[in-house]
Amino acid sequence: MSATPALIEATKLSVDVPAKWLPFARVKPLSILLDVSLAIRSGEIVCMVGESGSGKTTFGRALLGLVKPSSGRITLEGAALADFSAKSFRAVRRQAALLFQDPLSSFNPRQRIGAMIAEPRRIARSGSTRMEDLVALAQQVGLSERFLSRFPHALSGGQARRAAVARALSVIPKLIVADEPTAGLDVSVQGGVLNLFLELREQHRTAFLVITHNLSVARHIADRIVILYLGRVVESGPASEIFRAPKHPYTRALLDSEPVPDPAKRRTEPPVLGEVPSIAARPEGCEFHTRCPFAQARCRVEAPTLADEPGHRQVACHFPLPAASAAAVRGLHVVSR
Amino acid sequence: MSAPVLEIHNVSVSYGGVVPAVVGVDLTVGPGEIVGIIGESGSGKSTLAHSILGLLPKAARVRGDRFVLAGNTILDADRTTLSVLRGPSAAMIFQNPMAAFSPIHTLGKQLVDLLWRDRDQTVATKRERIIAALKQVGIPDPMGKLDAYPFQLSGGMLQRVAIAAALLMRPALLVADEPTTALDVTMEAQILHLMRSLRKTAGVSILIISHHLGVIAEICDRVAVMYAGQIVEEGAVETIFSDPRHPYTQALFACEPALIPTGVGRLPVIAGEVPRPGGTGCDFAGRCRFTEERCLTLSPPWVSASADPRHHARCHRSKP
Repeated sequence: MSATPALIEATKLSVDVPAKWLPFARVKPLSILLDVSLAIRSGEIVCMVGESGSGKTTFGRALLGLVKPSSGRITLEGAALADFSAKSFRAVRRQAALLFQDPLSSFNPRQRIGAMIAEPRRIARSGSTRMEDLVALAQQVGLSERFLSRFPHALSGGQARRAAVARALSVIPKLIVADEPTAGLDVSVQGGVLNLFLELREQHRTAFLVITHNLSVARHIADRIVILYLGRVVESGPASEIFRAPKHPYTRALLDSEPVPDPAKRRTEPPVLGEVPSIAARPEGCEFHTRCPFAQARCRVEAPTLADEPGHRQVACHFPLPAASAAAVRGLHVVSR
Repeated sequence: MSAPVLEIHNVSVSYGGVVPAVVGVDLTVGPGEIVGIIGESGSGKSTLAHSILGLLPKAARVRGDRFVLAGNTILDADRTTLSVLRGPSAAMIFQNPMAAFSPIHTLGKQLVDLLWRDRDQTVATKRERIIAALKQVGIPDPMGKLDAYPFQLSGGMLQRVAIAAALLMRPALLVADEPTTALDVTMEAQILHLMRSLRKTAGVSILIISHHLGVIAEICDRVAVMYAGQIVEEGAVETIFSDPRHPYTQALFACEPALIPTGVGRLPVIAGEVPRPGGTGCDFAGRCRFTEERCLTLSPPWVSASADPRHHARCHRSKP
């Protein structure tokens, strides 16, 4: 790896929520995120993948201080944040922008798009808020001038997503955290949003943390993939390697679950049964053993640690899948039309 | 083949009599068949599904030559007649299972209330029926779930309960509007598997609406592609996926990320938006890469598109 410090690095970041609101006064806090470490370099696209409740959105928010981390360390361009106060996170937010899962709900319904995309520039006191420059900003994301005078309700899903990207870009962030950027978009416009990310990366070396559960999206844009399960990293590594040969049974189950648009490749059995356990009642041992088809006695008692594997990969499994069996993964990367 | 469960001929739906949403649709669902409808948002696929159950808002006008659901003509039926048909003839499952249930009543109460038509049965009998239905859709501890509130179940489990509720009515047709869009991939795979097995165990026909090509490929027998309120291509799922003929279907497949090899620099898009239905010429002409003179002025004919006799497309370029 290169010697230059990562743009942003989280070390053993955890997020707990006090469980006082629960009935019967449970004192132990619930851990949403447990010891997640991740470094993102400039110009890198990292995809964070997991089922709902895996903590992927929480991680994105904790990185920007929208959720207060309970322990761990965040380093921005080599300098560690002193604490997790709102003041220290201001340094991060000056460099980073968040694209919310539902763009429309992140807009002020009474503010026109033009005023909205100018607002970050006004707050940061950097960049021009003159009309020509706002038009240029909107055009960068493929919105024409007429959209600047519109209200959010007059935008379609894809246009709203673009307006959100324009707002994020207005202060040229070094990092964009995108929470489910393609959720709710038709396939015909999904590509447009993802192309926009790739262009920004080329032009400004913007780094991206893309939070998604759509593996086929991750396959196209990610340099690196991090798989979360119940708030822990279970596997991470270069995207191409993970798609070619997943090592964690959970990663493989996710890849197998993705429906393939080819009627000839129908499955007879669903690849993984059951559902995500509750974080209030985490299973003993390996937390995936309750759903793992390869679970053995050891998995039920001893929790695996996230161990380094060759090729910048990490996996938390006692019995990582050998490359040969992983090659039999049905699905995504097999394109035959 | 015996009589189809759903038979629609030249049906149009418009809002307020002026804004067309569905234009001249023909659709048939045979007994035990799973038919899929794909299309972008705004293509009228949800309006079509809601028209089958009479769930459209009052402003909507449904007109057509033939609209038969499980042997009942529903074209001129008033709202009371439609409400009687809802259940035994057709039942629907929605995209968001959380919104399908009342948050302040237990599932048991809501499901018992659903069986209000069976006045001669006791609550105990109804609860037994419900438990059997919950078992059929693979819910662990169905007895305990009767006292649970919707928020205590995960999205996938709740979608199973919604399917069980639909099946309690013993419908001839199950209409599923984006049934897995709100679910995780692992749960999606399980729900699709369940729906496929239901055709055998519960003997229902299924009309499934999705914009996810993978979902359609996974469970359908036949597919209709909708664009701007019209069906632009229809055929067996294998034919449509291996040999799409309408330029819109082709463009849709070209955009599907799962079908694009990794390493392509830019992902394809279909530029422009779905126009309002009912313009002159072909509705797709503005976004089509093969647009000719006649596409702008003449409505394209509905013609046979390949050797498969059930494969049709609405395009000037397809030759019978």
